[in-house]
Amino acid sequence: MALPNKPKGELKAVPNPEIQEHECDVLIVGGGMAACGAAFEIKKWAPDDMKIIMVDKAALERSGAVAQGLSAINTYIGENPIENYVKMVRNDLMGVVREDLIYDLGRHVDESVKLFEEWGLPIWKKDDQGNNLDGAKPAPSLREGGQPVRTGKWQIMINGESYKCIVAEPAKKALGEENIIERVFIVKMLLDKNVDNQIAGAVGFSVRENKVHVFKCKTALVACGGAVNIFRPRSTGEGKGRAWYPVWNAGSTYTLCAQVGATLTMMENRFTPSRFKDGYGPVGAWFLLFKAKVQNGLGEFYANSDAVKDELAKFMPYGASPVTPTCLRNHLMLNELKAGRGPIYMATDVALNAFLEEKRAAGMDEKAVQKFWKHLESEAWEDFLDMSVGQAGLWAGANVEPEKVGSEIMPTEPYMLGSHSGCCGIWTSGPSEDWVPAIDGPRSHQYKWGYNRMTTVDGLFTAGDGVGASGHKFSSGSHAEGRIAAKQMVKYCRDHASFKPELAQSPQELADEIYAPVKLYLEHVAKSTAADVNPNYCKPAGLMMRLMKATDEYGGGVATYYMTSGKLLNICLDLLRMMREDAEKMAAGDLHELLRAWENYHRIWCVESHIRHIEFRKESRYPGFYYRSDYPTCDDENWKVFVNSTFDPKTKEWKCEKVNCVNIFETDPWL
Amino acid sequence: MPSYVDPEKCDGCKGGDKTACMYICPNDLMVLNVEEMKAYNQEPDACWECYSCVKICPQGAIMVRGYDDFVPMGGMVHPMRSSDSIMWTVKFRNGNVKRFKFPIRTTAEGAANEYGGQKGANLDDECLFLEAQMPSPQKLAK
Repeated sequence: MALPNKPKGELKAVPNPEIQEHECDVLIVGGGMAACGAAFEIKKWAPDDMKIIMVDKAALERSGAVAQGLSAINTYIGENPIENYVKMVRNDLMGVVREDLIYDLGRHVDESVKLFEEWGLPIWKKDDQGNNLDGAKPAPSLREGGQPVRTGKWQIMINGESYKCIVAEPAKKALGEENIIERVFIVKMLLDKNVDNQIAGAVGFSVRENKVHVFKCKTALVACGGAVNIFRPRSTGEGKGRAWYPVWNAGSTYTLCAQVGATLTMMENRFTPSRFKDGYGPVGAWFLLFKAKVQNGLGEFYANSDAVKDELAKFMPYGASPVTPTCLRNHLMLNELKAGRGPIYMATDVALNAFLEEKRAAGMDEKAVQKFWKHLESEAWEDFLDMSVGQAGLWAGANVEPEKVGSEIMPTEPYMLGSHSGCCGIWTSGPSEDWVPAIDGPRSHQYKWGYNRMTTVDGLFTAGDGVGASGHKFSSGSHAEGRIAAKQMVKYCRDHASFKPELAQSPQELADEIYAPVKLYLEHVAKSTAADVNPNYCKPAGLMMRLMKATDEYGGGVATYYMTSGKLLNICLDLLRMMREDAEKMAAGDLHELLRAWENYHRIWCVESHIRHIEFRKESRYPGFYYRSDYPTCDDENWKVFVNSTFDPKTKEWKCEKVNCVNIFETDPWL
Repeated sequence: MPSYVDPEKCDGCKGGDKTACMYICPNDLMVLNVEEMKAYNQEPDACWECYSCVKICPQGAIMVRGYDDFVPMGGMVHPMRSSDSIMWTVKFRNGNVKRFKFPIRTTAEGAANEYGGQKGANLDDECLFLEAQMPSPQKLAK
């Protein structure tokens, strides 16, 4: 056998890649729901000679968070007043949100959902008797007034295995396949050489051939999802891949934008969803469709106890809502676990059998009950098979039948995202409307500066997980937000027709920087008989474990039940600083490893801003997501404000600041 | 639950331009070994079990084996995906088998309307394509 000091992958990297230069008006970085929304919408506004390029690190048909499919669309306004949507999001995210962005999203999101249905997405409907019909059964469409199957106020059920394929298709057709570059990973956004604070391009590389791609553009959308594998996951072996959010989301959106000076907001926010243990299957349908409840280890349905009511009363007005904010639901669960009253079970058996008993009590004969059960069982399994097949695999392997036995649920490791029940991200302009407050000061304090969803950097837009302080968009809202940004980018190009982007670095300099991990590998690999153990470099896989260990132990991961403190956070920041330095010593022998190297680099930057924000905010805004032992309460008096941070690309310094949070919508009643 | 490839069935997509699993994997895991003309999952602990490779493989050569750090052995979940529906077979460790079939699409592949050539009305208002008017908020804070 040969010595193990050879590159591992099939696609070996060479020290001097080919360079390809591209010029365009609009660059779309990312391929998920937001990017597909942008690709569809932009051609409706762009003049025919406008050049638009989309770059996806994967294949559009199955990229982004919806790659696997989904069993529900979580945001569909329908019959609800949009104001109520704003109030729900505001309360769930503990008061500190951009209400303008949320309302704006609420008024566009349904059009995206109606398009999905038109394109072929099966959406469940109610028949005349109130029974559920799957999405392939003949029924009026949403546009025709068909009644979707609601689970909770905002969510509708779908048969969503092919959701992403269906949304990608018109995006591809609209933009033209020749304008879509797949399997190219964008590593850096680039500022203009002459015009201050203006985006001018991006650079990335192919994971299929030794080629660096340099783009010049007038405006760009960065929409590449949230951040995963930034904290040590509960499963650290093979199961490390079974992340709740898509494991390929590397925090690129935040890092790419922050590095060119875009102001970030609410990076202290994180999401630690409570999900079925290990398989991380969804719980929404179990709570809302099947009306299941959670039981502690003593068999108590603790959620309605007096002790819980007293606990929620500590977090007013948020704790008083009929639907307890997500972080506080976690907080209650953690209290049970910490008191030794675990494990927490979703009583799937109780819930499913209650449906059958209800039918029997209503006089349904046993044969009909069995038929009803087949339908119910199918709905329960589809929830997993549409979007989290691994959970179905775990049930199959462990002989779990949900009608016979409950399943354990557990809060996961932390994730960073801005589209689900979290709101970290980038500070953007809201719509140019009278009801959006006009605020003096720099853009990092303002609510609107002319181009909806533009970051504080001219010409740089974001959407989906990228836009901060406005969560609960989910798949449909992310698509709608991509459409909002697309129109604005065309407007930006029209208004800046004379701008000619110029890059500060030469294409060769950029290529050398991107291929530095390859050069380092080739220079030193022969100095050890094993490729992964070498004093001259580190490997991406090892550095990722180092990152996850530091954040877990010092930054409030699962190791400490999400508890941290100023002292621990500063240790974490020291460790991250050294990691950022050592990241320059990451080595890559093949193209897949080069991808992992640059993803890690994005992860480190992104998590560093997360830790910096938590350290700056001297309170515990999201009990259940994280706690500071030195400031253990939610302190509305001093901290009902945004924390915004900006990296100055010239001085390389970070600045954190408090920014006023304006209630645009009525606060009395709060909900 | 990393994917794995049955060498008896995999033909590397006959060395065509695109090896299907390699083309589709969102996390760049599936690769073709050209000498053997077989594909494999190069980083099983980064596999999300999204089943994109399993669903797309024209030979039905790709399956999934439960994550070895928490899934007991013997179970199996496997799909057969057609243009309008998907049929799942769930085999339990104890040998029980359940089958489920769900619709996946109500239109023909390629039929999604991209509204090619159509344009929006006014670049300077907040309406998107197909939207005629924008609501303004009521119930503002005093």
